[in-house]
Amino acid sequence: MGKFNKTGKRGMPALNTSSLPDLIFTLLFFFMIVTTMREVTLKVEFKVPTGTELEKLEKKSLVTFIYVGKPTEEFRRKLGSESRIQLNDSYAEISQIQDYITQERSSMKEQDQPFMTVSLKIDQETKMGIVTDIKQALRQAYALKINYSAQPRQ
Amino acid sequence: MAKEKRGVPEINSSSTADIAFLLLIFFLITTSMDTDRGLARRLPPPPEKDQKQDDVIVKERNVLVVYLNFQDQLMCGKDYIGIKQLRQKAKDFIANPYNDESLPEKYAKDIPFFGNVMVTEKHVISLQNDRNSKYQAYIDVQNELVAAYNELRNEKAQEKWQKNYVDLSEEQQKAIREIYPQKISEAEPKNYGGGKK
Repeated sequence: MGKFNKTGKRGMPALNTSSLPDLIFTLLFFFMIVTTMREVTLKVEFKVPTGTELEKLEKKSLVTFIYVGKPTEEFRRKLGSESRIQLNDSYAEISQIQDYITQERSSMKEQDQPFMTVSLKIDQETKMGIVTDIKQALRQAYALKINYSAQPRQ
Repeated sequence: MAKEKRGVPEINSSSTADIAFLLLIFFLITTSMDTDRGLARRLPPPPEKDQKQDDVIVKERNVLVVYLNFQDQLMCGKDYIGIKQLRQKAKDFIANPYNDESLPEKYAKDIPFFGNVMVTEKHVISLQNDRNSKYQAYIDVQNELVAAYNELRNEKAQEKWQKNYVDLSEEQQKAIREIYPQKISEAEPKNYGGGKK
């Protein structure tokens, strides 16, 4: 029966790829929206402590970060391995925290200012002395909402 | 004189996908999806200059003092304890289930959904640490205290609504928060246990 006779090879029909750019653009926009670029270059090394009762930190625009830890390799020769505080892009002393908070606060929208949160990213090996000093400085600056950054424990 | 229409020549768009891919990969790499987590705390406002030191007198039975010394050892009330015992100890202290004389006083309070409940309203957990304690140890203690509150709140929520605290509505959560208000005070640091300054 000649019903199914195949004469010659069929060949693969070409796949229509004209909508591929659209698909890729959709993905691209997704990533562009969820992306938060790191604003500072870290000059301290830290491994945040672990905990079980953690809450999510919401509204990134309201959060100010303070980093505490050992200086990274390149600065260690100059500064030693004593814990240091980093505000924005540079090392800082306790006395500078208050100014930093005031400055950060004034750069926020006025209606957001009461909700300002300070996230403390502190290395787990840090001595409490430095942490307490930071806390006292934050109290003086009226930045009372703080968040001890931590990782979930397995 | 050209009679027929020219028509715009079609732009070859086969490389759009490649360009978009390039951008996509860039954003894929720079993206950091990790959500920040942590323990949220509220600091007390700074003391006013002309404020008297001891205008708030708290009865001894209403305070649970947790000391953390420079070797990260824990003292709760009057005896040494391990970090694992702290949660139970804090829970007993906050709830005071058997109306113990040495645990916080209870006051009747009118709370929505629950009616009149006896609440240990005035309890305070005071956390004191040495300047040389480790940050991880401090966070461990904070974590256990928060866990104690969370467990109590969950137990209450299960008893009343058969749900966990986080699944309740805003008002229900507020009612439970009134029964177990979180009161962790962080005192000024001292040198406990002879740690060097």
